[in-house]
Amino acid sequence: MDGEELTEQETALYDRQIRVWGADAQRRLSKAHILVCGINGTTAEFCKNIVLAGVGSLTLVDDRVATEEALSANFLIPSDENVYGGKTLTELCRDSLKDFNPMVRVSVEKGDLSNFGGEFYGNFDVVVISCCSLSTKKLINEKCRKLSKRVAFYTVDCRDSCGEIFVDLQLHKFSKQKLEETIECQHNYPSFEESISVPWNALPRRMSKLYFAMRVIERFEEAEQRKPGEVSIADLPGVLKLKNEFCEAQSLKESHIPDALLERLVTDPREFPPVCPIIGGILGQEVIKAISGKGEPLKNFFFFDVMDGKGITEDLSNANTGS
Amino acid sequence: MATQKHSPAIKGAKVLMVGAGGIGCELLKTLALSGFQDIHIIDMDTIEVSNLNRQFLFRQSHVGQSKAKVARDAVLKFRPHISITPYHANVKDPNFNVEFFKEFNVVLNGLDNLDARRHVNRLCLAADVPLIESGTTGFLGQVTVHVKGRTECYECQPKPAPKTYPVCTITSTPSKFVHCIVWAKELLFAKLFGDKSQANDLNVRSSDGASSSEQAEDVFEHRKDEDIEQYGRKIYDHVFGYNIEVALSNEETWKNRNRPKPIYSKDAMPNDISQQNGNVEKNGATNDLSSVSAMASLGLKNPQDVWSLMENSRVFLEALKLFFMKRGKEIGNMTFDKDDQLAVEFVTAAANIRATAFGIPLHSLFEAKGIAGNIVHAVATTNAIIAGLIVIETIKVLQNDTKNYRMTYCLEHPTKKMLLMPVEPFEPNKSCYVCSETPLSLEINTNRAKLRDIVEKIVKAKLGMNFPIIMHGLALLYEVGEDLDEVMKKNYAANLDKVLCEFPSPVTSGTMLSIEDLQQELSCNINIKHREEFDEEKEPDGMVLSGWTEATSVVKDDKKSNANAGSTSSASQLEAEKNNEIESGTGKKRKLSEVSEAVNPDISSVAGDTRSQGKLEVLDDDEDDIFMFDDWESATNKKKRLQ
Ligand SMILES: [Zn+2]
Repeated sequence: MDGEELTEQETALYDRQIRVWGADAQRRLSKAHILVCGINGTTAEFCKNIVLAGVGSLTLVDDRVATEEALSANFLIPSDENVYGGKTLTELCRDSLKDFNPMVRVSVEKGDLSNFGGEFYGNFDVVVISCCSLSTKKLINEKCRKLSKRVAFYTVDCRDSCGEIFVDLQLHKFSKQKLEETIECQHNYPSFEESISVPWNALPRRMSKLYFAMRVIERFEEAEQRKPGEVSIADLPGVLKLKNEFCEAQSLKESHIPDALLERLVTDPREFPPVCPIIGGILGQEVIKAISGKGEPLKNFFFFDVMDGKGITEDLSNANTGS
Repeated sequence: MATQKHSPAIKGAKVLMVGAGGIGCELLKTLALSGFQDIHIIDMDTIEVSNLNRQFLFRQSHVGQSKAKVARDAVLKFRPHISITPYHANVKDPNFNVEFFKEFNVVLNGLDNLDARRHVNRLCLAADVPLIESGTTGFLGQVTVHVKGRTECYECQPKPAPKTYPVCTITSTPSKFVHCIVWAKELLFAKLFGDKSQANDLNVRSSDGASSSEQAEDVFEHRKDEDIEQYGRKIYDHVFGYNIEVALSNEETWKNRNRPKPIYSKDAMPNDISQQNGNVEKNGATNDLSSVSAMASLGLKNPQDVWSLMENSRVFLEALKLFFMKRGKEIGNMTFDKDDQLAVEFVTAAANIRATAFGIPLHSLFEAKGIAGNIVHAVATTNAIIAGLIVIETIKVLQNDTKNYRMTYCLEHPTKKMLLMPVEPFEPNKSCYVCSETPLSLEINTNRAKLRDIVEKIVKAKLGMNFPIIMHGLALLYEVGEDLDEVMKKNYAANLDKVLCEFPSPVTSGTMLSIEDLQQELSCNINIKHREEFDEEKEPDGMVLSGWTEATSVVKDDKKSNANAGSTSSASQLEAEKNNEIESGTGKKRKLSEVSEAVNPDISSVAGDTRSQGKLEVLDDDEDDIFMFDDWESATNKKKRLQ
């Protein structure tokens, strides 16, 4: 690449993973700056993964103060109230993450996500957001896309035993192994807004049901001005009503979004702990692929549901080419 | 679905984890977060620097400490009120017996070797405790569920058994870099620094069939007054020059091959340069033997660089010199160790010089170390994903949710849109010698083979027993145990050297031997069939076991014309992981079972365990494989649904 070599210390520490992705990818990782907005069990897993992988820096944004509930799926927060009391989630996570790999700079940024200007996001190579509303997702995605520098954008959400990842790498060039050869490829990604605007009846028939269910809940929370995840079983009638309206407007059969799935998602919107390392692990791998330019990254949604055990990729960009 | 719904099953469960490494750290964390309260964890390993990039419960300051204990302490920091019981011990220790296993509701394996996996599988079957098995390499991983009588056991499917390289490929006709590594590590390194009494095939045979070793044996002897520089050049010229000249004289061998070019030190490395070779004094500053390095004294810094022939030659001579000057006491009883920097340098240089002679592309020290040390590729993310999947299956097993048991593959590239692919578990294999009672059959020359051959090559190496008892009818032929008296010990030792047909009740065609391992509570019967001749290259054991689920061997059939270039020592086997032939074999397609094999990183300790038996094992320089599931449907259709 640019001729800079890994230090002896880096080679020793990263030995096993350099054997997976190569020294070049390791050098790129060590220069990458990552922003994570929204701390939960899934993003805690993701942070652990990329700090271990040896990125250049990790910046955390989330001003919420730690509560006992936040501990539930997050191993970065010490359980002692005397330790976590009064501190924000990001401060606690920063302190734990620093320990994992002294070669990575981990810092905390205070403030409200939607108030940060575009130039703030321009400080990073990768932006990951979680626990935020539909409009915030769209807003930050657009801010990233307007920058002259290409910033990889991800949203990640985990509710109950289901998880979703969205990826926008804009125009991404990468190399991949095909048998003995290395071939150069590129993917062109649509924005979050573009992706979710594809009419439902234009989507493939076997599209993951979770995709639709997540859109319904997202809209419900926005319409009711709830915080992300602030729903309960009492909201089920309202959610089902919204679903039916959507289905009618988009000419999708109502049975395509099972009521039982929506019921699960509103009954306990908290993360089911074993799902966090799965979603956080897939996201970690995707971010490493995006930074290194090595390997075909997923395009552009990923879904996992414990119920069927499948981890599925869905491409919502083919459907809307031409639009 | 969220945690509290499962609470009774989870909270009341007593879980045994075997392994606190890459998967183990992730798994212990995820179990704790998921609400498990009584976790026992066994691991005999201590923490190393190269673990820290993924075994996130460990820090630099923990290097050298017990993995199981440090992992426990780390998890208690965020979940202080649960019980975690660590054992810094080998799972094969006799105190981890069937009674011990019976205490648990489920056993979770996060192991890195076939031997221990088989052992745990047998104990779980004997104790009737469900087992959840897992493995990762690079971005690939898998989780499988084994419940006695309901799903297949860990050993129902063929496992990636070590494969045999023909001896002559290593000694005379290498065609891949891995062959050069095996030669450098198991033959040259062993010859120079290892136990001199061990048989060694380093010297090739000349066309008249006489071994060059008779006239050359003293070449390797370092005489007291001999200049170390000259000694090094003598070895160099002998193994890279003379030996290759001898091999070249076998005209038949090279009819369809590229002829190698002998290399002599004066050509690779003119005299004036070698005089400036290495400054041993640079190494003298410290007394720490582990830091003695030829790279350091030659000013070579980057282990990722591929050295030129001259650089390799300088490293070769410098490393040899350093062994004699700084580590003379160890010479004569060394075995190759991937964590021994000087040994890795020596093997890298020797393999590269040999590769040059045979027109094989050279490799960096970093790559050579991976091949020579059977280093498993590992990243944190795959281990995390696999740990999550293990916990999901664990909860199903505890709730007896049998119809939802799945084995799940974690893939690098989506297949049928899936990165995580669940598959219904297979039924038990009715002819599995571990979980069913099907007898095995063994073809062997009963007029020549000794009981020792059966014990070493079958009972230990293939059946994986630790404390076997061998019976012929009511007669005890052999037994291993701690409570044997001297007379019995002598008796059994004498039996080992008896030829099979010479026992008081002879072991011949039609004899049924029964073999038992009391610790594993495994017993099986073997039908003996006499056979006179065995093919030395294809059946190097001199016996063939069938009914045993080993993957079909993919040994390449080297040209018969080479046979005379090979060794006559049948004890010497050159083995390799099966994985490496995936691309070159017929395999454009891989079946489900083969995917599961490839994902099983059984590699590292298989090599470690068999080292003492004089076998040579290597992991080929495998690239990340691309899986194809064209056979997917047929593979899944073969299986009947459970229930
Ligand atoms: Zn079986």
